[in-house]
Amino acid sequence: MPEFKRPHALCDVPLHYCPGCTHGIIHRLVAEVIDEMGIEGDTIGVCPVGCSVMAYDYFNCDMLEASHGRSPAVATGVKRANPDKFVFTYQGDGDLAAIGTAETVHAATRGENITVIFVNNTTYGMTGGQMAPTTLPGQITQTTPYGRNTSVEGFPVKMCEMLSQLDGVALAERVTVIDPKSVMTAKKAIRKGFEFQKNKQGFSIIEVLSTCPTNWGKTPVEALQRLKDEMIPYYPLGVYKEGAVR
Amino acid sequence: MSELTLMKGNEALAEAAIRAGCKCFFGYPITPQTEISAYLSKRMPKVGGVFLQAESEVAAINMVYGCAGSGIRCMTSSSSPGISLKTEGISYIAGADLPCVIINVQRGGPGLGGIQPSQADYWQVTRALGHGDFHVLVFAPSTVQEMADTVTKAFDLADKYRMPAVILADGLLGQMMEPVAFDESAEIKLSDASGKPWAATGHGNKRKHNIINSLYLQAAELEEKIRARFERYEQVKANETMAECYKTEDAEIVVVAYGSTARLAKSAVELARKEGIKAGVFRPVTLWPYPEREINEACKNAKKVLTVEMSMGQMVDDVKLALNCRIPVEFFGRTGGVIPGPAEILNKIKEMTGGDK
Repeated sequence: MPEFKRPHALCDVPLHYCPGCTHGIIHRLVAEVIDEMGIEGDTIGVCPVGCSVMAYDYFNCDMLEASHGRSPAVATGVKRANPDKFVFTYQGDGDLAAIGTAETVHAATRGENITVIFVNNTTYGMTGGQMAPTTLPGQITQTTPYGRNTSVEGFPVKMCEMLSQLDGVALAERVTVIDPKSVMTAKKAIRKGFEFQKNKQGFSIIEVLSTCPTNWGKTPVEALQRLKDEMIPYYPLGVYKEGAVR
Repeated sequence: MSELTLMKGNEALAEAAIRAGCKCFFGYPITPQTEISAYLSKRMPKVGGVFLQAESEVAAINMVYGCAGSGIRCMTSSSSPGISLKTEGISYIAGADLPCVIINVQRGGPGLGGIQPSQADYWQVTRALGHGDFHVLVFAPSTVQEMADTVTKAFDLADKYRMPAVILADGLLGQMMEPVAFDESAEIKLSDASGKPWAATGHGNKRKHNIINSLYLQAAELEEKIRARFERYEQVKANETMAECYKTEDAEIVVVAYGSTARLAKSAVELARKEGIKAGVFRPVTLWPYPEREINEACKNAKKVLTVEMSMGQMVDDVKLALNCRIPVEFFGRTGGVIPGPAEILNKIKEMTGGDK
């Protein structure tokens, strides 16, 4: 039996995430993939502004903290200067799909050879639960106290669907981490992203549907149920694009 | 040094950047700096460097953040409105103690302004090139040769003090052609991360992980970081000021001007001297740190000082501060892209020295 222990690529420090938040699982999956591929010494991570702002203290590889939304541009700078290193970004929905939309779309369409881990929990968690670009129609947040009204606030952004239209994208896959089976699928998707990068085959994005019990006002178990009942129907899981760009 | 080549200021600067080891350039098109991008898009692939046209000024400066964070010499260039967009990234670069070079080929502002030469970004670059407590090194060349020479200096000092360096040019310097010489005997060697143990290069399982960051949630820790940075700034102020004095030895009126305006000031001083007025030019080459000792030395015999700028008067504040208001300081400027002529500068000199002499 293999021993269950902390991956080396994950630092032995307490994480600051709220109880029931799935960031911890997603961090672990990224770290497991880095360990299994034996690439920690050759990996440079870029973390965002948002709940995972302090991920530079959690991953054991070299890390850069980017300004809000700019991780794909920062990662581009690292990767162009160091084409043989592994470069990944770890971003939330406000970071990636609102303030950083331009950086995301253009890194993707350039086929920038990086791996993007995109954590979608339909809210701005760190600032106390405001409407995110991914907030569902009708969802109550701090800044949509009557529920997201699509005639006023418009519609959620579906990033995987959108990015799958771009020629530079090698992998666009939406996964979640709500049960052992989905965790295994998520890990495989993250591994695929890093493999595409290893083979210099283009941009990969793995969108992970995630929970925010604190700002959703739910228990961790209720939050998982909401993700299943409300998020997955709006953001269907699966592979949106897969295949080497070059 | 080799033979002279006729080049535009923007092109000379771009070539010099490669010779200074700049491996990566990230930029976005804007007049009047376009030749820098055009030149590097041709040259970089030939020397094994990287030219990348970014989707925005914001992306370009963040690419610089990433590249500089991995220890590689890199550069971006823009003109006034584009520099405003970059200020967020510049603040993060300063906050993470990263070296890089940023070019501002100034044009008229505010807003979209115009595309003619201007020096109206002096306050921005010396006072607030982004939020927070920080400085950037600022160099103001005034010839095409100096556009080239300053780049090397900028990269060296940026690396030495781990801070961004700005070359503050203007549309006139960028677009004009003059003979320029490069040291042809020196081999082109693009930068790697050697000598930068702090860089995020991948730890290679040989050291603890490096973190490039400007976030410190504990106020006392952030204050300590900032104080340490400002101690480094004191070293910069003590050691890195640069200036040129032109006929200031016996000057009773000293004209203070930088960049292309300093050349017009020299012409005006020549005209004044022909009329028997003892005039000279003090030209700061570093705008931050401001050459305070040098200006006081240059003005030791001055009864009056005239600051000339292509703006409504921005550097004039630093002149007064440096001279501690010991000598009366007046201002003459044209703005909006209008270039002041030597004759009108002479008129101002004559007005200050008691009319036609």
